[in-house]
Amino acid sequence: MKQFQYVRPATQQGVLDVINKPGTKIIAGGTNLVDLMKRGVTAPDKLVDINQLPLKTIAATKTGLHIGALALNSVVSENAVVADKHPLLAMALKAGASPQLRNMATVGGNMMQRTRCGYFYDVTMPCNKRAPGTGCGAIEGINRMHAIFGASPQCIAVHPSDMCVALAALDATVIVAGKKGERRLPFTEFHRLPGDHPELDNHLAKDELITGVEIPDNNFAKNSYYLKIRDRQSYAFALVSVAAALDIENGTIKDARLAMGGVAHKPWRLFDAEKSLIGKKATEENFEHAAQLAMRGAKGYGNNSFKLKLAPATIAEALKHAAGLV
Amino acid sequence: MESKKTCTGPDEGLDIKDSSRRNFLKQSTLLTAIALTPGTAIKAAADHVDEQFAAVFEKMPLKMEVNGKQQSLSVEPRSTLLDILREQLDLTGTKKGCDHGQCGACTVHVDGHRVNSCLTLGIMVNGKKITTIEGLAKGDQLHPMQEAFIKHDGFQCGYCTPGQIMSAVACIREGHANSEHEIREYMSGNICRCGAYPNIVNAIQEVKDGGMKV
Repeated sequence: MKQFQYVRPATQQGVLDVINKPGTKIIAGGTNLVDLMKRGVTAPDKLVDINQLPLKTIAATKTGLHIGALALNSVVSENAVVADKHPLLAMALKAGASPQLRNMATVGGNMMQRTRCGYFYDVTMPCNKRAPGTGCGAIEGINRMHAIFGASPQCIAVHPSDMCVALAALDATVIVAGKKGERRLPFTEFHRLPGDHPELDNHLAKDELITGVEIPDNNFAKNSYYLKIRDRQSYAFALVSVAAALDIENGTIKDARLAMGGVAHKPWRLFDAEKSLIGKKATEENFEHAAQLAMRGAKGYGNNSFKLKLAPATIAEALKHAAGLV
Repeated sequence: MESKKTCTGPDEGLDIKDSSRRNFLKQSTLLTAIALTPGTAIKAAADHVDEQFAAVFEKMPLKMEVNGKQQSLSVEPRSTLLDILREQLDLTGTKKGCDHGQCGACTVHVDGHRVNSCLTLGIMVNGKKITTIEGLAKGDQLHPMQEAFIKHDGFQCGYCTPGQIMSAVACIREGHANSEHEIREYMSGNICRCGAYPNIVNAIQEVKDGGMKV
């Protein structure tokens, strides 16, 4: 690992003062960053440790639940209010990584983690995300884990998070601090598609810091499910995952939220499929119809073409679980 | 160094050779670092930032309690807790498997919580309490989980075992050892390439069902 400077400013202002300098990176849990530094994928000149900032709180607000950016993944997943009001988030968190990693990883860090594309990790391979302009090794290479939605000729990598899929489905808001003050943006607009700039994973500016996320109150607690399909039963990244949340009254769906992981450069919300479910009965047939709608615009690249069948089947299955049909 | 505890592993007898190799590597790495030190340390010091601060080649003070004993060390910011435990404190029970957070062989407890020490920068555990596999036994009396691993043959080559045991103890303390399924899920961060999983699960279940204090 390349040597680097280490700073631990006492205050949030102290952090904001130093993070916009070139070659500077924030470290929280470090589970992804330290790995990337060991492999030479990233080599910051300076690390800014933010673990001393008071951003660990999980607390109810007037309209929802605020979760601090430094709250640990394990703590959030075991939190009684989260389990009660947003079980979808708890399920997604528990489906991610390992207990050891969840004890280190933070909410903000989870959002900022990089893709696990093999070409991004292997510094001897071309990768537009790691080294813009060198090409994409995955498009015509080994792309079993890769995107079927929203990819570009520059990049077909996927975002690896489970937590983010749940937060996207639950209409969370990201709270960001910058030199000019606080900014709030919808979770679904935090991460970006690769386009011509796959080196950028999200819309966070270089001089900004995630301070927390907020989940609005909802009626999904009774009928939500996170289904993750992977190569082994535990401790593996998703091939396809689905966050499904339903508000069901007397067998009729009043409201629905659906998002997918493992299929795009960002958590992939299924807006059309959600709309198709509203006012319908919670039946297997309606769920399968919604799953087909969700697949519009999907494209396979060879190794990953199996996801074109796996994804709709996973959507329908997750909805069945959410509705209590299985 | 204080006298070695009884060693039950296969590398008994290799200790002397092994530790001199380790010392040689340590010395040669240090000499390389000194030879390469540029003037960046001076420039960085002028760029005043509050609290903790280390320049590129500067070592930082690290105080932590390891297995009940206070340690005051001087470490490079890039040194992982795993390397500090093994190379500076000679606590080589904690193993380096993949070194990338994928295998769990390096699992230790930080303030009572299990973490991957290979992905933990040493300077980030300043002031914390660390427990390694060496800290579980009380003198010659093994921890119940260590006893159970021996009784149930919870290993073959033994390389993953320290991490498995540290994770197993945490698994019970967290309340995640209530069924075989739950144990398997919450032990999934520890890979055993010999495939001793059924015996590991049995060992954990025995300790859990025995109601022993872990």
